[in-house]
Amino acid sequence: MNKRLFVKGNEAVCIGAIAAGCRYYFGYPITPQNEIPEYMSRELPGLGGTFLQAESEVAAINMVLGASAAGARVMTSSSGPGISLKAEGLSYMAGSELPAVIVNMMRCGPGLGGIDASQADYFQAVKGGGHGGYHMIVLAPDSIQELYDLAMVAFDLADQYRMPAMILGDAMIGQMKEALIPHDYKPLGELPNKDWCVTGKRGREKGNTVKSLYLADGALEAHNWRLHGRYQDLKDQQVRCETIGIEDAELILTAFGSTARIAKTAVSMARQAGLKVGLIRPITLFPFPEQIFRQATERCNRVLCVELNNGQMVEDVRLSVDRQADVRFYGRPGGTGSLPTPEELFEQLQKHYKD
Amino acid sequence: MITVFERPRSLKPVSSHFCPGCHHGTVHRLVARALDRLELQQQTIGIASVGCSVLLYEYFDIDVVESPHGRAPAVATGVKRVHPDSIVFTYQGDGDLAAIGTAEIIHAANRGENITVIFVNNTTYGMTGGQMAPTSLGGQVTTTTPYGRDLEKDGNPIRMAEMMALLDGTHFSARVAVDAPKRVAQAGRVIQKAFEMQKNGAGFTFVEVLAACPTNWGLSALDANERISQEMMPCFPLGTFKDLSASQG
Repeated sequence: MNKRLFVKGNEAVCIGAIAAGCRYYFGYPITPQNEIPEYMSRELPGLGGTFLQAESEVAAINMVLGASAAGARVMTSSSGPGISLKAEGLSYMAGSELPAVIVNMMRCGPGLGGIDASQADYFQAVKGGGHGGYHMIVLAPDSIQELYDLAMVAFDLADQYRMPAMILGDAMIGQMKEALIPHDYKPLGELPNKDWCVTGKRGREKGNTVKSLYLADGALEAHNWRLHGRYQDLKDQQVRCETIGIEDAELILTAFGSTARIAKTAVSMARQAGLKVGLIRPITLFPFPEQIFRQATERCNRVLCVELNNGQMVEDVRLSVDRQADVRFYGRPGGTGSLPTPEELFEQLQKHYKD
Repeated sequence: MITVFERPRSLKPVSSHFCPGCHHGTVHRLVARALDRLELQQQTIGIASVGCSVLLYEYFDIDVVESPHGRAPAVATGVKRVHPDSIVFTYQGDGDLAAIGTAEIIHAANRGENITVIFVNNTTYGMTGGQMAPTSLGGQVTTTTPYGRDLEKDGNPIRMAEMMALLDGTHFSARVAVDAPKRVAQAGRVIQKAFEMQKNGAGFTFVEVLAACPTNWGLSALDANERISQEMMPCFPLGTFKDLSASQG
């Protein structure tokens, strides 16, 4: 199990998912995540699982809904335009309290846009994406190893909190190759019994119903407060975040996913140049590491948020620090040749450090 | 004492929300009785769709998953792939199956998913208040065709049972009606056959049921029954359009 692998990000997330017990995958091709359905179509049949190429993204997410309702660990993947088509199913799954893992290897948009890396689906991922007011768990890996690790985490959190979990990567992290050291899957904690799922009654006295319709007086409000309570529990217990040198920082740089990789190089360039720059890298985008930002900005009152879009996560950073810090933004909206270089970010650090 | 009529075990002893003269109750009974007779209640999973039939779980004493509008065949696919030894059926209206869910039904049939689809065709959108359906007849007045369905402008009624029969994955496709006692009995036999074929692992089975929506048609229950035979059947002929059970022995 510990043999070092040299794989693409899109493959790493599959290897992690399969190690976590995922045996069902339903999806539809879209660049830049096609290695995911290709890998699953190769591997799942031999493991007694099911790969099915759906007729559409809409059908794919509803097959996921059905398989999840039937109690299985199930995954789908897509990129921007396909995730938009899945939004209806995701809302129903959130309403029906169904766990599943959805991978979004973001490409640039809006519309057909392009196939290069972007982080412009941040709002869509963390604010719900579909109708009716809900959240998903959103995890943002910045390496091939972390894609593998977080695939396991995503399945466990989805089961524990009975909601969809999204792994939010992008074209760069999905398409690049680097070393992966697989490890055995260990559940995060005790996983709940899926006694709510549909199997046919098989002697059970009452039939199980998986639904999102609540018509009785006050029932839907109570249901929504129950879901809200779960989001609150996630904020209290499941925040994941990497920090570098924020203890003595005069300026905190924040970025997630592939942009954070570039940011890390820029931060070390800044440190070498004698600038006290720290980094906060949210790994969970929902729940957002609000407390970490709040604590860090009790002494350092300047934050630079860097994203591969025109400014989305920066809004959550501002809400988290609640005016106790000066939050600035630098972003590029993605597209061919639009990836910021470490030198470019270092320049931004120098600029925002001074004024 | 001989019992000649009783509530199917697969239905709960509750009253339904359906309007007077609506045929959903009849079709629910036929499906439940088929499950009883084939002793499938304990292994059946129903897929509820959107519209008047969404409350399936209030009436059927089985496991049920609710699906988004039109997506029941995809949800059924996910469920069946996880539990291939279960009996899975969708229960869909005409708006659900023949408009928003056209892609899902065609591809589930084409894959030969081993599920049964009960398609209730009453030529209108019931729960949303009587709008035009893809199966609305030429000239039919609905809330969105106030001057009558214009075939030139609004398109033609879709014959789903015939369309399904064209697909290689479909093993059984038939159209029945529940407007008269004799035809209710016939519909019951056809529905039971579809479930029996699924039980035997045959593949995709499809039963279209011509049914009444007196409320949205603005007709009495009896006149609504009359409309099924007089107006609907000429456009939607009853019959079996495909049956591979004989060739499979």
